[in-house]
Amino acid sequence: MSQFLGFAIPGIPYGCTYAIVAVGLVLTYQATGVFNFAFGAQAYTSAFVFTKLVQNDGMPVWLAFVLSVVVLAPILGLALDRFLFRKIPNTNTTAKLVTGISLFVGIPSLLPVLFGSQSQFNAPSILFNPNIVYFRLAGTPVNGIYLSSAVVTAAVLVAVVVLMRTTNLGLQMRGAVESRRLVQLDGVIAGKVVATAWAVSSLLAGLAGVLLAPIYGQLQAQDYAALLVAAFAAAAWASLRSMPIAAVVGILMGVASTLLQGYLPPDSTLSAAVLPSLPFIVLFGALLLVPGMRRLDDTKDPLASVDPPAPPTTATLRAPQLSKIIRRLWYLLLGAFIVSMLTWIPPTWENVFNEGLALSTIFLSIILITGMGGQLSLAQATLAGVGAFTAAQLANHLGLNLLVGALVGAALAAAVAVLLAVVSLRLKGLGLALMTIAAALFFDNSIFSLPSVSNGQTQTLRQRWIGLGVFNPNGHALFVLEILVLIIAVVGVLLVRKGTIGRFLTAMRGSEVAAAGLGINLTWQRVLIFALSGVVAGIGGTVLVIQQQAVNTALFNYEFSLVFVVIVVTTGVSTIEGAIQAGISFVVIQQLLTFLPARFGGNSLTIVLFAAGALTYAAHPEGILEYNKRRWTMRFERLLFAGSSDPPSREPAQMAGAGGGTTHHPVTGTTVDTVMVEPLAGHDPGSTR
Amino acid sequence: MSGVVGASGMGGGGAGSPLLSVQNVSKSFGGIAAVSQISFSVSAGESVGLVGPNGAGKTTLFNCICGQLRPEHGSVLLNGETITGLPVHRRSRLGIGRTYQRVEVFADMTVAEHLLVAERARRGDGRLWRDLCNLSAPRAEELAKVGAVLELVGISDQADIPVSSLGLGSCRLVELARALAAEPVLLLADEPSSGLDVTETRELATVLRTLQRERGMAVLLVEHDLAMVGAVVDRTIVMDLGSLVAEGTFEEVMADPAVRDAYLGVSA
Ligand SMILES: Nc1ncnc2c1ncn2[C@@H]1O[C@H](COP(=O)(O)OP(=O)(O)OP(=O)(O)O)[C@@H](O)[C@H]1O
Ligand SMILES: [Mg+2]
Repeated sequence: MSQFLGFAIPGIPYGCTYAIVAVGLVLTYQATGVFNFAFGAQAYTSAFVFTKLVQNDGMPVWLAFVLSVVVLAPILGLALDRFLFRKIPNTNTTAKLVTGISLFVGIPSLLPVLFGSQSQFNAPSILFNPNIVYFRLAGTPVNGIYLSSAVVTAAVLVAVVVLMRTTNLGLQMRGAVESRRLVQLDGVIAGKVVATAWAVSSLLAGLAGVLLAPIYGQLQAQDYAALLVAAFAAAAWASLRSMPIAAVVGILMGVASTLLQGYLPPDSTLSAAVLPSLPFIVLFGALLLVPGMRRLDDTKDPLASVDPPAPPTTATLRAPQLSKIIRRLWYLLLGAFIVSMLTWIPPTWENVFNEGLALSTIFLSIILITGMGGQLSLAQATLAGVGAFTAAQLANHLGLNLLVGALVGAALAAAVAVLLAVVSLRLKGLGLALMTIAAALFFDNSIFSLPSVSNGQTQTLRQRWIGLGVFNPNGHALFVLEILVLIIAVVGVLLVRKGTIGRFLTAMRGSEVAAAGLGINLTWQRVLIFALSGVVAGIGGTVLVIQQQAVNTALFNYEFSLVFVVIVVTTGVSTIEGAIQAGISFVVIQQLLTFLPARFGGNSLTIVLFAAGALTYAAHPEGILEYNKRRWTMRFERLLFAGSSDPPSREPAQMAGAGGGTTHHPVTGTTVDTVMVEPLAGHDPGSTR
Repeated sequence: MSGVVGASGMGGGGAGSPLLSVQNVSKSFGGIAAVSQISFSVSAGESVGLVGPNGAGKTTLFNCICGQLRPEHGSVLLNGETITGLPVHRRSRLGIGRTYQRVEVFADMTVAEHLLVAERARRGDGRLWRDLCNLSAPRAEELAKVGAVLELVGISDQADIPVSSLGLGSCRLVELARALAAEPVLLLADEPSSGLDVTETRELATVLRTLQRERGMAVLLVEHDLAMVGAVVDRTIVMDLGSLVAEGTFEEVMADPAVRDAYLGVSA
């Protein structure tokens, strides 16, 4: 018994913070329809500011707590609601997800830009002193950290229960569980309910952040991301509906992880594989087993059809002549780029562009799965990693040439992608995002670090694994290789896009119901696009490690998957040039920022910039860069054809059909057919080149 | 004109077995029985109206026939073979075409592309190698067929317009053309005339009648515009609150007191 408690008690602080964040997640989801990916970042922000105020500015703990948790956290939540989420229609799941992910990635990068990049250590504990053992429970010492988190969590849960059960506002929030629309129809109250939910849940996030801080020596954003995913798992087991279940699962997960750590033999593969991934396995299980999670995006709300349909993406057809001109310009640009790379561009910049080309190849896989397939996957870096590690290991152990290994790696990445597609066949939107992030984290923590994959170390690639003088820093072999791979990949994607499969996918993005009704096998198309995206990502991953001349897990961790999505969404997820713009602009901006004083945060600032770009997704689903490009080409077009009697430019048209269908019978009759399809991809018939 | 849309219309099964047979189909949502114990059949080339007040369960029944919903009881047979267990796309390839009450068009496509997709989906096209070898450009015969169907429905002039810039009425016609491009043996049309004006409705009725007469396509028509139903159908089925309340020729059922009750009881 005492051994059991000895293992269990250290899990309590983790479990408590999981529980608090999970309750916050459920609260916002129920009251506002937003599944907030930014909670981890919000928790980190409060912890960061709290620690900084105490450590650097010598503020008393209580005052720092009040400022960072009681004041800052709710304000941050209210700001997110007011300026971002409130503007996104409820039916637009993708925009809500992308916005949350941008914050997830952007906020932790913004903090060092704002406050300087020095790390924070040894966060103070609130309430009780972490260095004092207050009492022993069956022999296990209980110190201030355990005591604080247990006491605070209990108080928080009681407070939330009281809020929900006894206050008028709580009643309205519970009403929102039944029919969000019903509550929201009453305009004034809806605003209040939504704002309260955001304030309260953000307060909870801040609290969890400050509670968790003293457990770690150094304050790091990754730990808060892990906290968030664990809370995802707890919330998922509660079907995103029940706060008590979410709290209980959260606490159990914390305790279970330290129990397993205690009882599993420390050096076994099992403990190496299971332990670090426990939250992701739990999340995975919820997505597979909890029926409520599979029906997340089916609107069951009896008043759902009152919601406006998801906004149409701008339809702008370019005049054929203009398309031709633009296509020629692209060829010209490509030619100029190749010649420049081979002649006058200095090696530093050649290397920068080479990295950009490798990333562009990986980003093409996002164009495939997200732009064409309409599915938001948060595991593309993982798929790239599968390809890269496979190629590297085959070269290392079997002496297989990396280029051949790249193909094997691509096949394996495709297999992993297919597996992912099969387990998440019935998930879409949020469900799929959670499934893919669980998979990405699982690979990070349990697969990529296995002794036979990387053993957690960096492996340097050898010249003889590939030959052709690719690693010669003064030659151009690497560039030639990369541009060839990218061109082949682009041509392949283009062919698929304008072929039958591309048309079927466009149909599916428009209406899954109608696509199936015509005889398109949705399952098969989906598996196929996952597989294709796996192939491209796998090859891109290998090219990236060839460019880096080294392979390690840090290149492919889940954060990159999120960053990748944010980058590509900014530059345009619906067009193929979006991937190339993404790859090149990312490395170029990063390189340019190295000329700035370190004070501005370097890499962090790059990520902040792209995250800010991705925050405009709701307004510009085609990508803010693509949007501006179109605006300029439209102006150009007008200029060009100003004299002609038949102006070929078509203004962004509005979608007439989807809304019209609901006006006839607003309530009945629309429920079955209201399977909202993510309008993930902007459409862009004009730029199919 | 019959050659235009192909001749698969005569695909009736063996002698005696009806084209579509719905047997004791029931479907409920929570406690509400949206469709309960419905049985009827449609012969090859026959045109049947399905009418009833709002919420009668007509769309739900359509969804059970097409496979978007699985009925709790009962079975659906096409040409004497049960299709109750088949997924939507398989049923569609067997020759069931459909239009939707809530318009379901493909927002990113032009009108003609809708029909091309329909034509290819019916054939189960979509081989990766064909796309990669650039063999998927629209072929002349496909374009000819698409053109013919557009002509038939009367929207040839809109062929290259993206549907996102069309009005509701045109979208309904696009849906109809899309369904017809797949050469169905049975067309389920869910309120095709809503959103159309009087002239358009009359033209639509003519098109449906022509198709049914000339190429033997069976039609199951859900429609609130009773005048149109009267003009198109051979036989009418009336549903109310999930149950079948009357069946017969249009004039017969309209004279039936039970039908009057159903309508007046709900909508008066
Ligand atoms: N997905 C669903 N979930 C819950 N209830 C549903 C669902 N689909 C339909 N219903 C209910 O089933 C009943 C029948 O609906 P259905 O849409 O089939 O009627 P309908 O005859 O097509 O009506 P209308 O003429 O308005 O189109 C209605 O009470 C409706 O509210
Ligand atoms: Mg209906």
